[in-house]
Amino acid sequence: MAERITVLNPMGYPPRVARRPMAPRIESLDGKRVFLVDARFDDSDLFLKQMQEWFAENMPSVRTEFVQMSSVYLRDDPATWKRIREEGDAAIIGVGH
Amino acid sequence: MTIDSDYGVPTVAIHTDKFERAVRSVARVNGIPYARVAFVPQPVMGKTAAELRAYVDGIDPITRRPVMREVIEGLTRPLTPQELTEGSFERSTPRYVDPGTEDELRALFEANAWTDYLPIVLPTEERVAAMLKGTSRRPDEVVGHLRPTAFREYWQLPVEKVAVNAVMAGARPEDLPVILALVATGVTARPSTTSSAAAMAVVNGPIRHELGMNFGTGALGPHNRANSVIGRAWGLASQNGQGGSTPGLTYLGSQGNNYAYNCLTFAENEEASPWEPLHVQKGFDARTSTVSAFSGCRSTAFTLGLREKHWREHVRNLLLGIDPHEYPTLVLDPITARQFVDRGGFDTREKLLDWIYETARMPASQYWDYQLIQNYVYPRATYGEEPYATMLRASPGDLVPMFLRDDINVVVVGGETNGYWRIIGAHYGKTVSIDDWR
Repeated sequence: MAERITVLNPMGYPPRVARRPMAPRIESLDGKRVFLVDARFDDSDLFLKQMQEWFAENMPSVRTEFVQMSSVYLRDDPATWKRIREEGDAAIIGVGH
Repeated sequence: MTIDSDYGVPTVAIHTDKFERAVRSVARVNGIPYARVAFVPQPVMGKTAAELRAYVDGIDPITRRPVMREVIEGLTRPLTPQELTEGSFERSTPRYVDPGTEDELRALFEANAWTDYLPIVLPTEERVAAMLKGTSRRPDEVVGHLRPTAFREYWQLPVEKVAVNAVMAGARPEDLPVILALVATGVTARPSTTSSAAAMAVVNGPIRHELGMNFGTGALGPHNRANSVIGRAWGLASQNGQGGSTPGLTYLGSQGNNYAYNCLTFAENEEASPWEPLHVQKGFDARTSTVSAFSGCRSTAFTLGLREKHWREHVRNLLLGIDPHEYPTLVLDPITARQFVDRGGFDTREKLLDWIYETARMPASQYWDYQLIQNYVYPRATYGEEPYATMLRASPGDLVPMFLRDDINVVVVGGETNGYWRIIGAHYGKTVSIDDWR
């Protein structure tokens, strides 16, 4: 019978994961202002423009606003997030990969 | 995720379907395991308005429900008790693997994606202890932190974990300081990017001779023990140290990259170079042994020598063959390095780098239309970041620099069997002293 041996695990050590709260949802989009946030990656602006048209045709009571992230998607964008929090009710961000 | 959790704005993120596993995994390790998302088909890039409208009107390829229903419900459906759960949890890695036969353990290592699917040396306690004799550092001392992408969390690598992976790669104790220094650069050799990046390591200083590294004929190929195993160890330490390099999850390179097998690891041919060594250019004393880590390594262009009449145009043509979002590193055989001195009068590296910077130019309209420039540079230009903001004001026909001056590098390697040379799209990361890890 082949000898059984003990070897070391090659994986590194992961950090602790802390749960982050999710924002409360809104009851309905009717009359609400929804920001469509362009992540500025691979023509995502063109996709979101189509989604904006969908809202205009199918849910005209929803006020949509197209906005682009200030820089590349890899960077946090506090100014844009703050503006959306102050002026909007919800956000749709895309298109991630 | 930030806008939802940190700013309190109910948000749905749209992703393409190829990234489902990665998206859910990233959300989990960032503390929002139930982030509201919707998926559309891949790709978005290059699709017509009508095709993109069809995505919006269509079915989420993951849930098989209408995309817009997923979006609207993601914003309006009340949070479930599961989604409202708070707290945190520790994760850890056991020091040992459950005992098994050699065959069982090899199968386990492959099943866990802990290898590069070439044969490995099993990291027994005896072998790892022997490897650790290659450094004076404590086994629990932290060498560095790595992650496959900016969206993921950093994992920690102590000396012992690097040694385990060094054993697996077939390295010897005397190789360990180089491998530790590579991990200490913080540059992962297993990046997750869809662009299929790899890594490159250039060793300088006396350790090249101590380890018998190849900087002459065949230096970039599988013809030298140290070159082969040091780069392989960096790759294994990266993929295991950072928590994986699994396709679809922690690796998303669409085509993959064969350079990743040993991470283009070689030594510089300092003795035959007409210039100061790379590590001296980077601020180290010539007597210090160092390793320089590069990333990217997606593109390679090559030619032979520098012809008297049109060498300038030939070099320019080579540079134009590289995506302008790459970072050109000239990898020169000593014959060609001396030709650059003879033809162009570049008697220092800096003079050559200046000339490359001035030579690599293209019309502004073409530059800004590259997809990677659109993705990664154009947003920075509109944000006002220089020099891109100024470049954005150029007229369409104006020639603009393809690369930043500081992103261009040159390395001399080769055995002078001929004057072939290449430009590798390798992005310089950091140079670290190997002597500090002896």
